Parts: sequence; C-alpha cells; structure tokens
Amino acid sequence: MNPTEPSEGRASDRGVQKHVLNRIDDKTVGELREIAARYPHKRSGLLPMLHLVQSAQGRITPEGIETCAEILELTSAEVSGVATFYTMYKRRPVGDFHVGVCVNTLCAVMGGDEIYDRLSEHLGCGNDETAERREGDTATVSLERIECNAACDYAPVAMVNWEFMDNQTPQSAKDLVDDLRAGKEVHSTRGPRLVTWREAERVIAGFNDDLANEGPSAGPASLVGRNIARERGWTAPGVPASNEQKGEGE
Amino acid sequence: MSDMLTPVLTDNWGDERSWTIEAYEAQGGYRALSKALAMSQDDVIAAVKDSGLRGRGGAGFPTGMKWGFIPQDNPNPKYLVVNADESEPGTCKDIPLMMASPHTLIEGVIISAYAIRANHAFIYVRGEVLHVIRRLQHAVKEAYLAGHLGKNIHGSGHDLELVVHAGAGAYICGEETALLDSLEGRRGQPRLRPPFPAVAGLYASPTVINNVESIASVPSIIEHGPDWFSSMGTERSKGYGIFSLSGHVTNPGQFEAPLGITLRELIDLAGGMRNGHKLKFWTPGGSSTGILTDEHLDVPLDFEAVAEAGSMLGTRALQIFDETTCVVRATLRWTEFYKHESCGKCTPCREGTWWLVQSLAKLEKGEGTEADLDVVLDQCDNILGRSFCALADGAVGPITSSIQYFRDEYIAHLTHGGCPHDPAASTLFAPAGASA
Repeated sequence: MNPTEPSEGRASDRGVQKHVLNRIDDKTVGELREIAARYPHKRSGLLPMLHLVQSAQGRITPEGIETCAEILELTSAEVSGVATFYTMYKRRPVGDFHVGVCVNTLCAVMGGDEIYDRLSEHLGCGNDETAERREGDTATVSLERIECNAACDYAPVAMVNWEFMDNQTPQSAKDLVDDLRAGKEVHSTRGPRLVTWREAERVIAGFNDDLANEGPSAGPASLVGRNIARERGWTAPGVPASNEQKGEGE
Repeated sequence: MSDMLTPVLTDNWGDERSWTIEAYEAQGGYRALSKALAMSQDDVIAAVKDSGLRGRGGAGFPTGMKWGFIPQDNPNPKYLVVNADESEPGTCKDIPLMMASPHTLIEGVIISAYAIRANHAFIYVRGEVLHVIRRLQHAVKEAYLAGHLGKNIHGSGHDLELVVHAGAGAYICGEETALLDSLEGRRGQPRLRPPFPAVAGLYASPTVINNVESIASVPSIIEHGPDWFSSMGTERSKGYGIFSLSGHVTNPGQFEAPLGITLRELIDLAGGMRNGHKLKFWTPGGSSTGILTDEHLDVPLDFEAVAEAGSMLGTRALQIFDETTCVVRATLRWTEFYKHESCGKCTPCREGTWWLVQSLAKLEKGEGTEADLDVVLDQCDNILGRSFCALADGAVGPITSSIQYFRDEYIAHLTHGGCPHDPAASTLFAPAGASA
C-alpha cells in the first residue's frame, strides 16, 4: 500500500476517526442525517446512506462506513456487514460509466455472453474491473457481469450507470463504450442523457436530479400488447375502446 | 367472455407524458381514491377480497385476505410496504409500469394504506433502475403537492407518508421477510415464520407487503367494482394480469390479459416464434418455476392449471426458448444465478447451490456418467423445502424439470463430449447458416 494513503480500518482510535470524518464534508454529513430522518427508525436509512457515500467518495470508504455508523449509533462492523452484502456497493472505484452486461440465462442465450466477451476483449478488462484510461479519453469505463435487470423483452440488455441500454449487439456495445470514453453525449434507450456513476448514486440515495421528465413513457416492447388491443378494439369489460387521438406515440 | 387482451394497467403506457400527474388525472386517475376515501376502511378491504385479486408477485396469495390478517387491535403502527424489487429472471412488468405510470401504483398505495390503517408506506424498489427511481420520486412529490399524500388527505382524517426506498442489488430482497430486514438497514436475509409480517413485520409491527402489480390493480377494483374484476379470468384465478413474453418470439413484450390465456395465444399475438424456429421450452413465471415444453402450449395460464401441469404461474414471466437453445446451458446459468444470490443464511441453500453448479458444470462439459444425473437429483432432494425461504426451492425447479423433459439432452452431452449445440445459433444476431 502507498504509505501516503490513509490506512484502511482500525478506526477505533479516535484520532483516526476524526481525521476520517474531515474527509466527508459537512454538506454530505448533513445529507446523510437527512436520509436517516426520512424513516421512523433511523437505521432504515442505511442503504440510501451508503449510496450517498458512493456518490460523495466514489466508493464505500472506511470513512463513509465510520460516518454512517456514528450517525446511526451502530458499530462500524455492523455497517460493514451491510455494505459487503449488496452488489451495488463497491469497495474499489468503478469508472465514470459502469457498464453492466446481463448474462442471466435469457439475455446470455440471446447474445449477452457474446456481447460480454467481445466487450471484455475490447476494453481489456474483466468482471468488476475498470478499463485503462487511454490518451485522449475523457471518461473511464468499468465492466460488470450483471443478473437479470427486468428488461427481458429488450434482450440482450446492457445497463450504464443503471440506465437501460436495450437490444444490444456486440457492435453496438463496443460503439457505446467508445462513445462514452470519447465524451460523446449518450442517451439511455428509455431515459435521459447518461449521467456519471457518482451522479446516479446520488439519485438512488433519494436526491432527485430533475431528469424524470426526460425519455419516453415506455419502450416499444412494453407497448406491443397495448397496441394490438387498440388496433383490434379489445378492452377490459365496460371500458370504451380508446379513441385514436389518445395516441400511439410516446 | 372478455376480449383476448384487456389493457387496464398498461392502457396509458404510451400516452404523452404518461408519468405525470396531469396526464394520469386527465385519463381518470385518482378518481378511485376519492371513491375509496368515501368508503369505510372495512368496505375497501371487502371489495378487494370480493374481487378475488391474488398476489401478482408470484405466490398468488389472496390480497384482501392478507389485509384482513392485520390485527387492528395491535397498538403498534401499521405499515404498508410495496415490493418493487423486481428481480426474478424473466420478470419485467413492474419496472415498465413504474416507469410509464408511477401514479397508478401511488394511487393504489394510498387506497391500500387507508384500508389497513397505515400512516407510513414504503416502495422498496431495486436500486439498479435509475430512471424508474427518478420517476417514482418525482411522482411522489407531485402526489404530495396535490394533497394526495401527507396530513389529513382530502379531509378524510387519514395521514400517509410515502417513502421511495432504493435497494442495493440483492435478488433475495424480493423475498418479503428479507426485504423487511433490508428496509430496516440490515443484510437482506429471510426471517423464520411465524410470526408472519401481518403480525410482526417492519419494526416488529403489523405490516402488509404486496407486489407492485397487486397494489396497482386496487384502484381499478375500487373504481369499477369487485364484480367487474372477477368477471375476467378463471374460476379461482380472477382478473387481468400482465404477461411478459421474452426470448425467441418475433415481437417480445408485455400483454395484459385475463388470467387463463394460453401460451399458444400469446405467442400468436407476439407474431409467432422467430423466423423458421420452433418452441423447445419455456418458463411460465420466471426461472424459479419449472420449465414446460410444447406439450403445454394450451395450458390455461392461471394458478391452478399451471400447478396441475407441474409448475407455477409465478410472475407470468414467459421466457421462450427455441430449438437452438441448449437446455443444459440454460439450467446451469440459472443455477449459477441462485448460487450467486443465495444469502448464505441456510446451509442447504448456501452449500447446495454451490454443489449443484459444480455438478451441472461437469455435465455441461460432457464429463461424468449418467449416474451423475441421479446424484444431481439427489442433491435437489436434499435442498428442496429445507431452507427458510423459497430461493432454494426455486433453484431446484429448473434442474428437476429440465431433467424430467430433456434427460436425453443431458446424456447427449456425455456421449458428445460436450455441448452439441452451437451457442451462436441462439443469438439474435445469429450468422446465416448457424444451426442447432
């Protein structure tokens, strides 16, 4: 370990903890307390608080664990035990854009395995690793094999910072990461322009970024049955068929 | 007789800015709330009971009965928790619902919380769906501004605080007691029952936990009446539900239909199997429900008929695989999923899923003998029903069912010295000429 880096853990020493607390700024501490106050029992705030730690610090840090523990009157071991249980909490930094490729059965069969392999080769990194920043790159990309993300009708699916990137091919996935590394504007197929991983973690922690009105109501696959029903005049009993102006658009 | 498709929840999904309160109210949204607040709480529970609505999160427990289990003489606060942790492989209905029409869910939450006398409700949404979380947060804010949430809602005397709570990536948190532990800021590990959450749930207080689609169905039941709801569906599986078709069909997507529609009808609506291919196997309700084959195309997709066919209706997550797909590969991948997602609390699940992966991986590589299939089945037998929750039961489902229907294909791996299929043929970008 680099000797200039603060040591990990061993925060029982008050001096260390004080030093540690200084590294999470007062604004963030205030927001962590604000999260805890949303709940009838403050410990319920721990999951969103850990998301906010990731937003502020780029990963789950020992300092973040100590701060959450202090606010919730828990031991750091109790907080660590929670932080290590959930896959969205990262103990090592991820890229500005964290790319997940679904390799659960359906997506894998439909092409997810091949997409993951090609992408891993293209980026020169494996699961849960960040690709090396090349000269000229304005952003970094990390890669993860993910489980089913509830978008099976858009298989094969990738996620970037937990936004949907539907209907991928090996080529589209390669283009996607190239665009992200080059700093080009990339939009989710069912959402807004992609924000960075740390910005996304802030929203997940409960601090909305006012982008809810971006993107469509639904992607095309979500509307297949609804549109057939409209074409054929099928409705639930006693509900008048929707008129044409009600729209097929998004 | 109902029409083949009956869009209720999905009806507004393509509308202009459907996620906003203006669009939702313009098409009649929040009318059911006014109607419910004018009813007694017990009458709301009775309406949901009479409708026959059964839980849409997989288990199919009657929703109104669950609400009736809340002991109203318990002095603790009552809680309503929405399970929006949609993670069962193949299941993809709640996420588009919350993205397109979060107010349908929120209106259901307010009515349901009123019925069970809960002043605090939570939507536990999985963390990996950023835009859905945004839309939920935004919609909750709109609902507060409109006076649908907060103190003394529309003069009813009922208060409700609603919190959108994002998880952090753990399939097990879709299990209701693990979800409660997670919502209390702990590792998501299931609890032993009894006590059931209705008696001792969140913070050891009476708690109702319902799936997104169950709660979202409540406004329509209140608005149109229980008889309207129960006029759809089959004898013991009432109402409509969202059927999610994915995989090797021409047009995968969401199809909202009365329970009892068949896979043959649904595949037809989805434009048939992809060009030139035929159905090999499918899951009726996610990977935890045992696979079925083309023998089962005409099984009515309701709770009873699918159970009779040896599987479960589950979440109506119909994952369709054609003849290019290796069933052993599919089964191994699902098993790896369960191994990865086992929370580690119960030994049969934690250790058993690990051993199942070892055994199946060997078989997939064509190593071992036919006797190893019996070892795998014996392992399954030692896992099924021996853990706190249903994760391990779900893990053995694809294995036992795939061996039941495709034993020959397992053996072909042994005689062939590996997988006889070309994985490229099953991809959507299969090169011309690739075949099984």
